[in-house]
Amino acid sequence: MLDLTPSRRDLLLGAGGLFISLAIKAPAQAANSAPLVAPAAAKPLAIDQVASFLAIDPQSHVTLFTGKVDLGTGLMTAMLQIVAEELDVAPASVTIISGDTALTPDQGTSSGSNGIQIGGMQIRRAAATAKHALLDMAAAKLGVDVASLTVENGVVTGGGKSVSYGTLVTGQSIAIPVSPDVPSKDPSKFKLVGKSMRRLDIPDKVTGRFTYMQDVKVDGMLHGRVVRPPAMGANLISVNEASVSSIPGFVKLVRDGNFLGVVCKTEWSAIKASRALEAKWSDWAGLPEQSKLYEHVRATKIDKTEVTSNSGDVPTGFAAATKKLSATYDFAIHTHGSIGPSCAIVAIENGKVTCWSASQATHSMRKQLAAMLGLADDDVRCLYVDGSGCYGRNGHEDAAADAALMSRAVEGRPVRVQWMRHDEHGWDPKGPPTLMDLSAGIDDKGNVTAWESAVFNANGTIGFAPLVGAQLSDRPHQTGMAPGGVNGDSAVPYGFTNVHTIANRLNATPFRPSWIRTPGRMQNTFANESFLDEVAAAAKADPIAFRLQYLTDKRGIELLERVRTLAKWEARPSPDRNQQGDIVYGRGVSYVKYELNRTYIAAVAEVEVNRKTGQIKAQRFFVAHDCGQIINPDGLRNQIEGNVVQTVSRALMEELKFDRSTVTSLDWATYPVITFPDVPKVVMDLVDRPNEKPWGAGEPSAAVVPSALSNAVFDATGVRMRSVPMTPAKFLAALKAT
Amino acid sequence: MSTITLKINGAQKSVTIEDPDMPLLYVLRDEFSLHGPRFGCGLGQCGACTVHIDGHAVRSCITPAFSVNGANITTLEGLGTPEKAHPVQAAFIEEQAVQCGYCINGMIMQSAAFLATNPHPTEEQIRAELANNLCRCGTHVRIVAAVQRAAASI
Repeated sequence: MLDLTPSRRDLLLGAGGLFISLAIKAPAQAANSAPLVAPAAAKPLAIDQVASFLAIDPQSHVTLFTGKVDLGTGLMTAMLQIVAEELDVAPASVTIISGDTALTPDQGTSSGSNGIQIGGMQIRRAAATAKHALLDMAAAKLGVDVASLTVENGVVTGGGKSVSYGTLVTGQSIAIPVSPDVPSKDPSKFKLVGKSMRRLDIPDKVTGRFTYMQDVKVDGMLHGRVVRPPAMGANLISVNEASVSSIPGFVKLVRDGNFLGVVCKTEWSAIKASRALEAKWSDWAGLPEQSKLYEHVRATKIDKTEVTSNSGDVPTGFAAATKKLSATYDFAIHTHGSIGPSCAIVAIENGKVTCWSASQATHSMRKQLAAMLGLADDDVRCLYVDGSGCYGRNGHEDAAADAALMSRAVEGRPVRVQWMRHDEHGWDPKGPPTLMDLSAGIDDKGNVTAWESAVFNANGTIGFAPLVGAQLSDRPHQTGMAPGGVNGDSAVPYGFTNVHTIANRLNATPFRPSWIRTPGRMQNTFANESFLDEVAAAAKADPIAFRLQYLTDKRGIELLERVRTLAKWEARPSPDRNQQGDIVYGRGVSYVKYELNRTYIAAVAEVEVNRKTGQIKAQRFFVAHDCGQIINPDGLRNQIEGNVVQTVSRALMEELKFDRSTVTSLDWATYPVITFPDVPKVVMDLVDRPNEKPWGAGEPSAAVVPSALSNAVFDATGVRMRSVPMTPAKFLAALKAT
Repeated sequence: MSTITLKINGAQKSVTIEDPDMPLLYVLRDEFSLHGPRFGCGLGQCGACTVHIDGHAVRSCITPAFSVNGANITTLEGLGTPEKAHPVQAAFIEEQAVQCGYCINGMIMQSAAFLATNPHPTEEQIRAELANNLCRCGTHVRIVAAVQRAAASI
């Protein structure tokens, strides 16, 4: 493994340089100071300008400016590989600035497995354009033909002479657009891309030197804590400031509509005050009964019905069937559950807002904060600082809004807000509940004659989940739902003759929804791939052979064949009826082509099931993965392991608990997640295709996990699990009904 | 209000505690700017705040600072540095056993205290020892490998 960790993490840009004329001082990143607050320079930010992404200083030091951020996935290490590869510079000579709205182009939210696929490729394109311009300049300077030039470590050589990028750019300031067609580097010449590179951040993270968002301190900073309504829709009737005013360090009670918070001089006093504050709230009980959640989902008004695939004629297909199968699947409400609660700092000076947060979408959050505060977008600057793992739109943005409302209440002094565990579990936006109805017909030869499905999921009416602080204070905000692209993989990747799949987009969902890793694609794939397994079992077919029968996509076929080999799969129909005793074992397969247009995954789960207790244990996962060109293989493995383990947790254990008024699973005891004794082994087979586009890998492998587990449980026991989480109680109930 | 003395990462420190309920975590993070121990839950459920007190892995988020007057405290920073890493830290780097890394303080502190008294654990024992340390990114597979690697190197 390459170990190319740059020794310099500080911004070291001098004055002048190619592509941008940027004067940024190099602030030392002391443990106590805010990280990197470079002055907002007159630097282009447009997505189509090379200078928006790259700067090279006279010492040949390269700075990459990216609107994408690293949420703990290692994305910035991969970005470094891409840039250093394309420019032919040493990785240690590249500094990355990410997510700062004043310095980076808006490359969209760091979500949807698009970091490399879209963001990285924008950067590759900018770097290829820069390289092309630099070579032209070098050819002119050295008086040789461009074709004769070679580059190593930022030094261009040709005709026996050399010149560094730094020398070429000194005194220059050239604005050039990103070229759509300048060729990028031939993959056969890659030195960095495709090879495992150690992550830049790990040495500091394992020694306590790393500065997380939760560690940032700003001069004069105060500490805020929120006090949320005890019932989610309650109105604040009165609040007794005297209940907290004597707490040492107490500064301010912030009341803004139903938004309530305390600001204190120290973190502990803020916590004490938030606990001690006496407030009266109205009653509210607008949530459905948890035990009738899916009846509630089914009864929710449908805003619109979208056809996600339609081919052949389904009624004709069912007429030709000798057997018809139907089933309903459901998938619970999940919380993001970052280990570190959301945290942000906001300071307001002369009407200008500075916000430090770990938001996955600083550029969008900036607009939301500006709207909430009645400011222009340009009056708000959002800086990104790495936080605790983020698997979607969690609470970071809301903590930023909380900090903004509190800073505003104390004359703009910097206020740091960190949520308590109950704020995080209670008020982060949730992955909405999903219901899926499926039917299929098979003929007497076991061929699928018809496939029909209808998913019930929250409608997407706005781009981003509204900020809780804006909702509670009733300051300007968009109303609507942003659950993510939840229709993805509602259609199946198989070539059935008669297919009709729809998504019923619901007018409401009990909790403020957002995207959580693999939104919709996980729920849809759970239903599709489990139900397909039911169909295969009805046809008495081997589950892998059955899938292969309906695939024509060569890369998909290859993956299923690879996972069959990797898992030493024994070809036979499920279930395996030859097992005795309480403890039984099974294996299940699942396959997806992510959103039907990118990354391919085939996985096999091996489970142990205790028929007496209902306990399901995932023992091993085998994953064959094809995301095209791999940038950092070890980073990819890390992501796949994470996808599998996190999703085993979600599929077997996780479920938001609530009463009619609020969330009741407010800690790790009431919302348990997987722990070490239950973690499966993960065995992988990565297909690298250097000449193909790189596709996303942050979430696709999570999509197949719940269905692979369900199928393995069926193989072991003949019991079909159609509800996530697959708890012991549900297993025992299903066993009784079988 | 009272003053307590603590030996933190080898250095004698004194600090005035205004509130006897205040957990040690806030002394370490806010008074001494130590970033290793982290707030995760404040309930002793996740392990992100773990430090060594007299060699034992302890949840600093639920340990009143007042109750450990005179104690010898080691944080992640005191265990080792990037330049001179403790074997457990070095093993986490070798195995690249980090995703977001927020929980990793607890993983390393728990494992280092464990290996000090159980230098040759089985994989099952490692998993059992870390059962009360939560990771949300799903880095468990690598964390176990890192602890095994550390055990082999000590």
